Amino acid sequence: MTITAMKSAELVKRIFNKDSLFILDVRNKEAYEDWKIEGEHLDYLNVPYFDLLEGVESIIDQLPTDKEIVVVCAKQPSSVMVAEMLADKGLDVFYLEGGMKAWSEHLEPVKIGDIGEAGEIYQFIRIGKGCLSYMVISADEAAIIDATRMIDIYQDFAKEKGVRITHVMDTHLHADHISGGRKLAKASGANYWLPPKDATEVTFDYHALQDGDTITIGDVVIDIQPLYTPGHTVGSTSFIVEDRYLLTGDILFIDSIGRPDLAGKANDWVADLRETLYSRYRALAGELLVLPAHFMTNDEMNDDGTVAAKLATLFAYNHGLQVADEEKFRKMVTENLPPQPNAHQQIRDTNMGKVNPDMEEQREMEVGPNRCAVQ
Amino acid sequence: MDSKKIVDAKGLACPMPIVKTKKEMEMVESGDILEVQATDKGAKSDLTAWTRSGGHVLLDSKEENGVFTFWIKKG
Repeated sequence: MTITAMKSAELVKRIFNKDSLFILDVRNKEAYEDWKIEGEHLDYLNVPYFDLLEGVESIIDQLPTDKEIVVVCAKQPSSVMVAEMLADKGLDVFYLEGGMKAWSEHLEPVKIGDIGEAGEIYQFIRIGKGCLSYMVISADEAAIIDATRMIDIYQDFAKEKGVRITHVMDTHLHADHISGGRKLAKASGANYWLPPKDATEVTFDYHALQDGDTITIGDVVIDIQPLYTPGHTVGSTSFIVEDRYLLTGDILFIDSIGRPDLAGKANDWVADLRETLYSRYRALAGELLVLPAHFMTNDEMNDDGTVAAKLATLFAYNHGLQVADEEKFRKMVTENLPPQPNAHQQIRDTNMGKVNPDMEEQREMEVGPNRCAVQ
Repeated sequence: MDSKKIVDAKGLACPMPIVKTKKEMEMVESGDILEVQATDKGAKSDLTAWTRSGGHVLLDSKEENGVFTFWIKKG
């Protein structure tokens, strides 16, 4: 029978559609347990390709006959090898084109809503890593917030929309993924903005995000003041876009809160994190739609694939916002934290411009899930 | 290390480093040592896992100028 390539974009659509799929992941056990394709209606079997070199007889009985099967590996060739063996046994199977490497780099743009007369805001979902970035469009201008390193995707999208990118900003110095902000700003002739308290060691020029500033994109005003919200990093900054959207960076997620330990300063920053979450955000309008820079699991996704919820809803349900006792809160965010993201110090150094790894090294550094949150 | 044979898998992408290693492993005796050289970064974790699942022993490994070298004793 046949084998067919499935692109990451197609797999994302099926996950958003809540299709049932069977994932045969042929990476080694450690890689699979550390990081895999997540979806509400996915079933899995993990058997390393090297246990199938002699043949696939041992797993045929474990494969469904009523569901589409997608074979997945790290980069593609091993999944093709296994898929071919299954096709020889009479099965129709897919393989994930480009493997987990491509999956990690796929960005899916989803519209969040309209702004003003003719403005729009889009969320770019990096489903393989749980990173979220944003494009705010108004008139013929666009701002990009928390860009990933796959900058051509934003450039192509801006072109499609007939807008030019005039501002690029990062809510904080990222530790879990390599920012494309600087590169994108340079390529677009845009301004690059960064919180100065996160930028004390950077090796490049930037525009400082300061309390009291506003950035205007076409007819839309992006407010920075008064949302200096330290806690995840010392400079973490939130944005309010047109009194409707609250971009929280890595401070507040849908079902979790930011971890304060990725620069080794958990105990120093925990008070700031608490102040931000329990006082500063509390003072804002509950109607604001929270748009975070990350998600941890697909449970945080809405039915249309977006990751967004009203601030009032988060104050009612987000576990991290229900801890009245300060000491209990401090313990929660400083003890029993999940493992730190892969290569987080190298990623910070790259984002500060201290090192300039090539594309392949950048990919390696980003392998695995982001782990920015405390739940 | 006194290796019986060197498996040159440099420049080869997954799954070839393991396919080649497995083939050579079948040609040597139990207790013999294979030296495997690979440049694919994935080879590191995969060869470690494969060695264990095949009942062999990874005696040592090193990385030098982008080349990973493994010494595997046949189980």
